[in-house]
Amino acid sequence: MNFYVPSATVDGREIDFLILALSLVSCAVLALVFGLILLYMVRYRAESGVYRGAPGRKTWRFEISWTVATLAVFFALFIWGGDLYVRLFQPPADALQIYVVGKQWMWKVEHQGGQHEINALHIPINRPIQLVMTSEDVIHDFSVPAFRIKHDVLPGRYESIWFEAKTPGTFELFCTQLCGVGHYSMTGEVVVMSQPDFENWLSGGAPAGEREDLAAAGKELFTAHGCSGCHGEGGVGGTPATTGVNAPALAGLLGRSVKLQSGATVTADEKFIRDCILTPDKTPIAGYPQIMPSFSGQISEEKVLRLIAYIKSLKSGSRT
Amino acid sequence: MRDAAVQHSYLDDGRTLRSWLLTTDHKRIAILYIVAITFFFFAGGFAAFLIRYNLISPKGLIGSAETYNRLFSMHGILMVWFFLVPAVPVTLGNFLVPLMLGARDLAFPRLNLLSWYLFMAAGVVALYAVVGGGVDTGWTFYTPLTSFYSQGHVIAAVVAIFIAGFSSIATGLNFIVTIHKLRAPGMTWYKMPVFLWSLYATSVILVLATPVLAMTLLLLAFERIFGIGVFDPAIGGDPLLFQHLFWFYSHPAVYVMILPGFGVISEIIPAFSRKELFGYKFVVWASIAIAVIGFLVWGHHMFVAGTSLYSALVFSLLSYMVAAPSAIKVFNWIATMHKGYIRFDAPMLYAIGFIGLFTTGGLTGLFLAALAADVHLTQTYFVVAHFHYVMVGGMVSAYFAGLHFWWPKMTGHMYPEMWGRAGAIIIFVGFNLTFFPQFLLGYLGMPRRYFAYPQHFEALNLLSSAGALILAVGYILPLGYLTWSLLYGERASANPWGATGLEWTTASPPPTENFAVTPIVTQAPYQYRQAEAVNHE
Repeated sequence: MNFYVPSATVDGREIDFLILALSLVSCAVLALVFGLILLYMVRYRAESGVYRGAPGRKTWRFEISWTVATLAVFFALFIWGGDLYVRLFQPPADALQIYVVGKQWMWKVEHQGGQHEINALHIPINRPIQLVMTSEDVIHDFSVPAFRIKHDVLPGRYESIWFEAKTPGTFELFCTQLCGVGHYSMTGEVVVMSQPDFENWLSGGAPAGEREDLAAAGKELFTAHGCSGCHGEGGVGGTPATTGVNAPALAGLLGRSVKLQSGATVTADEKFIRDCILTPDKTPIAGYPQIMPSFSGQISEEKVLRLIAYIKSLKSGSRT
Repeated sequence: MRDAAVQHSYLDDGRTLRSWLLTTDHKRIAILYIVAITFFFFAGGFAAFLIRYNLISPKGLIGSAETYNRLFSMHGILMVWFFLVPAVPVTLGNFLVPLMLGARDLAFPRLNLLSWYLFMAAGVVALYAVVGGGVDTGWTFYTPLTSFYSQGHVIAAVVAIFIAGFSSIATGLNFIVTIHKLRAPGMTWYKMPVFLWSLYATSVILVLATPVLAMTLLLLAFERIFGIGVFDPAIGGDPLLFQHLFWFYSHPAVYVMILPGFGVISEIIPAFSRKELFGYKFVVWASIAIAVIGFLVWGHHMFVAGTSLYSALVFSLLSYMVAAPSAIKVFNWIATMHKGYIRFDAPMLYAIGFIGLFTTGGLTGLFLAALAADVHLTQTYFVVAHFHYVMVGGMVSAYFAGLHFWWPKMTGHMYPEMWGRAGAIIIFVGFNLTFFPQFLLGYLGMPRRYFAYPQHFEALNLLSSAGALILAVGYILPLGYLTWSLLYGERASANPWGATGLEWTTASPPPTENFAVTPIVTQAPYQYRQAEAVNHE
């Protein structure tokens, strides 16, 4: 591992450029401040007989000029940093989604194809990657210094970051939010590979046909935990005639607007689905009696992610 | 003649322990506070020393991650609530507010004593928590780690801070009322020294922000003891709510720590430049602006925590706004030195060190306020270096500057000048050696609060630990020579620096009643051109 790692992402290089600019501004100000102090310390020391002249007046002219100059520089820095930040947290639509679960004290990664890894993340080069992250216990933080990116990983929420690596190699992964005694050991590596190498890695171990992808694993859970008993096979929804109870259809749910009994309308995202599974009492759906039991404590965060992957895979009106 | 002065000094007004512990004299209470916070400074400093010792090796030298986590938590808790927040207000502030105002005492002398007892009670509970094994949550107590996952004496630590908060509120309230009601005849607001304006701004923050901390800690304790879901999502809480509430106090608290330092420096620079403070009104209103805007920037601690993009943009802009008044102050101090007659006694050396270190700390704050740069730098050693430059390089230097400046007034003795200058220089060098490498470590990606770290960070950590050794020497020196001066130091005259300000018009040490006759103020502060004519040539 090198002492200094140049940024492996495009945005990271832009962040480095911003940090360089900040460093130059700081050096200029420090040179001015230290320079003037040293100059005055010598020139106007008490023993020095240098002519001081009449004391200056109208000090507000100085005050206004240095205040305005300071604010102008600050505003430029604000715009620069803000613009980059907004891009940093808006993933492109075609990003490859990978799920990350943090727990004391390890990182668990689930790929769309059902591959798991622990304390490691393999990704293809030149492809936007979006991580959807949650925690099983306390707050963690997923940080890859070489990508110049980090974000907190919270329990009960899905936080996301994205990046596009441009340099192949192995990079350090740190947890950067104090998460208990083993905080320092919650590290790992991010391996950036060429697309063929990545395909190769994905299929490593089990032959392609035998391994379940995330959605397929979710489908099994959907039956095993009795979801299909009310929501119907393939999540088509239930009526008294088919499943015995009224239950909302899940196919095509993601991204749709859902009306709640409270009158509010929410967009069904990953967190909404997670909340409906774990704490259904809090989000009763308009038009349906709230009879769904809570699965809190019965299924792990990874299983929830598989169920979400399955529900995502259900297209409206289709039966899989 | 001298004997008469000594007999009437506040120090001689009773020599029993009882006369100290039951005193309502603001000067004696200030001394009680100095003894207490000196103890906590060295206790917190000892923890820091062990932290730097551990980080000499990438594998960690103290053998246990749990011990390490408890050490940095203890370091943070003691230094923030038992040294930095009270440091200048309760010691120099307590001593000087009535003297600078031309008053007999603070408005509520018994409340002042009560605040010291609250502080000591809080200190005892904090020490109980430390001796009993400590906490491993960091000084920030983030949930749900602190709610349920952390072992250790969380409740004791929380109770200690809760009580210390009431001590802060009492002091703040006392200062506000005193400054409003007890100014000497003729002392209008714009004739007050900047030190008093700074303490006024500080007190307003203390009174408004500390109750929020108290509520937050109470909710945290309720969640941990009774399992009431406030912050832990597993029982229906919101983990970010804790961070919002915590930083709503803790960011203004940063200004509680630094504003009094600004006040100290604004007294010392004119005194040792023999020149009126440049831009008095701008310096004064900069303090007020900081106190107000300081309440609106807490979200900049949470740029990667999962708040909304728009709130991050607003907090970033406001963070730049709050930095501007600090920049204004630095420029005014430097302009004060222009065309002055500068002397380099220890207080001035500490003050110049303050300007350099505080400016560095402030500039690196600009990195952290720039959103995208913050994403890379936050939660690394860059942040650690940044706030130590402001809090330790800045604030502790300002405290030492003030302590040396008013030491003759408080004790009646001069400290040994050469030792004082040596201390100031050693601290400046040791400080930079300790903390500058941490900026680089942070940029390279080293996370905070790591007991062990990857090999490639070793060289810079070694450098930092070596600097800490020099810094430790720098901090122990004043403890030695200031104590020595109490017994053997040269007797101080009423105004050894030839400084302006009412506190210098009474004896050193002052009599119990402060002034024999209530002074009448006719002049603006810092009229050093006249003082120059009297004291020199």
